[in-house]
Amino acid sequence: MKFTLSWLKEHLETNADLKTISETLTRIGLEVEEVFDPSEGLKEFVSARIESVENHPDADKLHVLCVNDGSNKYQVVCGAPNVHTGLVGIFAREGTLIPLFNERLKRATIRGVESCGMMCAVDEIGIGTAHDAIIELPADTPIGAPAAEVLDIDPVIEVSITPNRAECLGVRGIARDLAAAGLGKLKPLNIAKPQAKFANPVSVKVENPVECPVYTARYIKGVNNHAKTPDWMKKRLEAIGLRSISPLVDITNYICYDMARPLHVFDADKLKGGIVVKMAKDGEKFMALNEKEYVLNDKSLGICDDEGVQCLGGVMGGLGKGCSEDTVNVVLEAALFKPECIAYTGRHLQIDSDSRYRYERWVDPKSNILGSDYATSLILKICGGEASELTVVGSEDEYKPQVACLRPERLESFIGMPVTKEKSMEILQNLGFEVSFENGKIKAVTPSWRGDIEGEHDLVEEVVRMIGLDNIPAQSLPHDKLPKEILLPEQHNALVVKHELASRGMYETVTWSFADSEIAKFFRKGKEAILLQNPIVKELDEMRPSILPNLLTAVKNNIAKGYANVALFEVGPEFYGRNPNEQITAASGVRAGNTAKKDWSHSTREYDVFDVKADALAAIAAAKGPYENPQITLDAPSYYHPGRSGTIRLGKNVLAYFGEIHPSILKALDIKERVVAFEVNLNNIPLPRKSVKARKKLELSAFQPVDKDLAFVVDKNISAASLIAAAKNADRNHITDVRIFDVYEGENLPSGKKSLAISLTFQPIEQTFTDKDIENLMNKVIVEVGKKTGGELR
Amino acid sequence: MENLEQLKAEALNEISSAADIKQLEETRVAVLGKKGKLTELMKGLGALPTEEKIALGKQLNIVKSEVEKALEAQKNILEAKALDEKLKTETVDVTLPVRPEQQGRIHPVSKIYEEVVAIFGQMGFDVAKGPDIEDQFHNFNALNMPANHPARQMQDTFYINNNPNQPFDMDSAYVVRTHTSGMQIRTMENQRPPIRIIAPGRTYRSDYDATHTPMFHQVEGLVIDKNITMAHLKGCLYDFMKAFFELDELPVRYRPSYFPFTEPSAEMDIGCLKTKTELKIGAGTDWLEVLGCGMVHPNVLRAGGINPDEYQGFAFGMGIDRLAMLKYGIPDLRTFFESDVRWLKHYGFTPLDFSSMTGGLSDNGGLAR
Repeated sequence: MKFTLSWLKEHLETNADLKTISETLTRIGLEVEEVFDPSEGLKEFVSARIESVENHPDADKLHVLCVNDGSNKYQVVCGAPNVHTGLVGIFAREGTLIPLFNERLKRATIRGVESCGMMCAVDEIGIGTAHDAIIELPADTPIGAPAAEVLDIDPVIEVSITPNRAECLGVRGIARDLAAAGLGKLKPLNIAKPQAKFANPVSVKVENPVECPVYTARYIKGVNNHAKTPDWMKKRLEAIGLRSISPLVDITNYICYDMARPLHVFDADKLKGGIVVKMAKDGEKFMALNEKEYVLNDKSLGICDDEGVQCLGGVMGGLGKGCSEDTVNVVLEAALFKPECIAYTGRHLQIDSDSRYRYERWVDPKSNILGSDYATSLILKICGGEASELTVVGSEDEYKPQVACLRPERLESFIGMPVTKEKSMEILQNLGFEVSFENGKIKAVTPSWRGDIEGEHDLVEEVVRMIGLDNIPAQSLPHDKLPKEILLPEQHNALVVKHELASRGMYETVTWSFADSEIAKFFRKGKEAILLQNPIVKELDEMRPSILPNLLTAVKNNIAKGYANVALFEVGPEFYGRNPNEQITAASGVRAGNTAKKDWSHSTREYDVFDVKADALAAIAAAKGPYENPQITLDAPSYYHPGRSGTIRLGKNVLAYFGEIHPSILKALDIKERVVAFEVNLNNIPLPRKSVKARKKLELSAFQPVDKDLAFVVDKNISAASLIAAAKNADRNHITDVRIFDVYEGENLPSGKKSLAISLTFQPIEQTFTDKDIENLMNKVIVEVGKKTGGELR
Repeated sequence: MENLEQLKAEALNEISSAADIKQLEETRVAVLGKKGKLTELMKGLGALPTEEKIALGKQLNIVKSEVEKALEAQKNILEAKALDEKLKTETVDVTLPVRPEQQGRIHPVSKIYEEVVAIFGQMGFDVAKGPDIEDQFHNFNALNMPANHPARQMQDTFYINNNPNQPFDMDSAYVVRTHTSGMQIRTMENQRPPIRIIAPGRTYRSDYDATHTPMFHQVEGLVIDKNITMAHLKGCLYDFMKAFFELDELPVRYRPSYFPFTEPSAEMDIGCLKTKTELKIGAGTDWLEVLGCGMVHPNVLRAGGINPDEYQGFAFGMGIDRLAMLKYGIPDLRTFFESDVRWLKHYGFTPLDFSSMTGGLSDNGGLAR
């Protein structure tokens, strides 16, 4: 909402300066977004008179002036066409900062004649755009005066109006709030009743009085819409960004912003038959003022004539029967519409207009006749013509104001600071409430322009607004216990997982919860796509079924910037269903390229599936999941390489997937490097039932463990995990560790076979092993491995 | 006996002048070996009368011992010298860089989350959770925003069809939560007062420009009890801001505002100094908006099953990303979500940088490598 200072002063009698006004606005909840005050830049300019004008000796279009600023005379070269002796204008002395150029004016020699200053045009001093002539002030303007005083400067203030303060979508509402805040006095409205010269020839019928409780229409004949909008109105409209169109349009726009009162004007000669206010027909077409055609339904209120909907009541006028420059006879509408009805139509048809904006918030139900009178008197004054009697369907008196009560002591118990009954009553009264004190409560009858007052809490807000939030004391929350861990166990685990993965050299990232369905479709694991109805761009049209598509896109983008070695992870939501809570928290990561750039130690290598397997297990451990002896199956979702991926399970639940990304997926994403990835489902990691802090007692053996190696030849499809399990199983008491230290396929082995070499740790329990003991243990392992895997000692 | 003295002097001289172990060994053999000079003298003892044997034997033993000592000493010297020589040939260029190690990073959003949790934890808050896809009851209606409420239009909501077998219906559709405030309702549904929670999370609005991204992060706060006042609201948020920005004093101001779910509603600004090159929090003449807050609207309490005549309290919501930008001087919101490894390395935090109110809120992870 924008307005100018002079416009505000039309309604508010005040001596406050612009700074005080704007600070007060913000303090009472009408937040100032911008103050545009051209006089800020005018401080160095003064009024001055042209004493003489001579032709420039060497240029046809230039003149040499003698300019008097009251204390000195200056020689000035000027090219403006309107120079003449005696002209009083705005003068910039040498050294003055010129807003248009943001540079200081220098003494110059123009075609051989020295120029010591400048007579200014509107654009040069930053108060407008006109450049065709220098400013000409009335001849009796004193010279040598500051420019801001002699020019008609009107600063523009822009405030942000919250949805509950609809009355401040009019300058008068803002003035009223400022007056209540003690910044002056609200001037009385001075709107004369226009004289009715004839009966209204246009009939009005309202079929939906709930949606349109009051409809007024006045016929005005013989208007001249070719007339000029008065300067003061035009300037104000232009200052707030509205183009002056014709007096009839300008007047309705002006009143809309002046009193938050939308109006509509029909060209009476285009209307066929009387006006009927009724719901549109399903499928009825309507060509609006914005030259777009809308298909209506029976929930939108139409202002109709015999030919159908001519105006979407309170939302937008129609193109067909609006005013043009040649309009002579008009029907002026000032009506009241139900906010819900306006909101529905506006939302449904996606029409934004000043009128909708106001009606769906609140329009003063007692401003119909007043607004009509105001507009009529302005039309008669500017465009001439004669007004009919006012037709009113429905009654403004039907509106029953909300009554709310405030217990004076409620303020202290609610805001932590006492406010006297008298002070509260005074504040409410200044805001236009009718107040009385009954049964220990302040009874407040809401003024008709306020639509947001429901009860006591609203009155508290009004009092708080006026006494100032900054005057309420600040009191720390009472808290007498020692602080404790406040994260839920799953939140705590997610946090530890992040730090674990970061400590493994990965960068944490945060990507959209959305994904591109064209990529996400590969990652849905058989689940349905959860598509947004209204994605902001088509690449963000699905709630992501996996974090990986986003991480892979990140890999691609980093490679494109020349960073090919990437290790990224994200902990965040993945969606498997459209209903609330059908989401999991995943910790997922990708590694692409090499562990580092090549270096002298030759320790860098390409990332492979075992890096992400380690990441997945570390993440599971960080979340206190079963990472030891993981149950690993060789299946994984189809977006992984079928032979280089795995699934870590706990019973039937999947804890994690890991593996190389399938080459066809990488191809679809246009990634040429190998990428390995993991996804840990944190929701499937069981939370410990109870956290036991005491550690299990450490039992230290007095006897040295013994390491022994064995190599087995097994079928290629025998997994390392099964061989390890078989070896451990041979003697669970004495075999404490089994490690694979060599895997070999190829020469010297039959085809279809591979060799797995294991290193076993035997731990004596009661006494040191004899050679015989060790031999027995080795034999047990050989037998067990043979039984379980068919492996033979190599 | 002059012979013996001379022998000793010669031997010691040879020992001390031995240039290497080999020469020293030669000297040892020449003196103490099987046919060494001293050994020969020892051998000759047997032929001497007892008294002489004893006297000479004693002298020989003394000399032998001295020679042995000198040999040992010289051996140590020569060995040390030899080791020095050997080590001189074994140098590596220790100015070579270390083997490459990759230090990871924690994203600023996670860091701020930890800081916020640490501070509110100190004030006795719990952390709540809730879904990203919400029904309109929790996201709007229960928050005093019925279907045609103008504030709904301000929120640029993303919708999801709640039933894929039916045509889209805006009134029954799910939304991707536009704020974390829905978690207020979910908390009230599951917990009786006193309530003191924060609810951090991702939030979504259909808005994408220099200062808006379609996804961002908020943290919601809710405090409900019998006598929680607006003074507590101010005290709590003031305490938070000072702790968060790690300042002893911080100018703040409150402006009346409007949120459907609170009344009175306010926005909180903190004092700062804006120059062309930097933004300094805590000093100066400018104000920065940091959060929205207010006393919980009676309709919201009712929607959460709480009697507004018995209980009252406050709620607030602030942007986690915005807090990160202000505290850590990160200029552009959009870069938070671009996964540029250069950005993550520069603005991210080291893996050991945990936050605690007593162990330090920030700067706990050492220098970034």
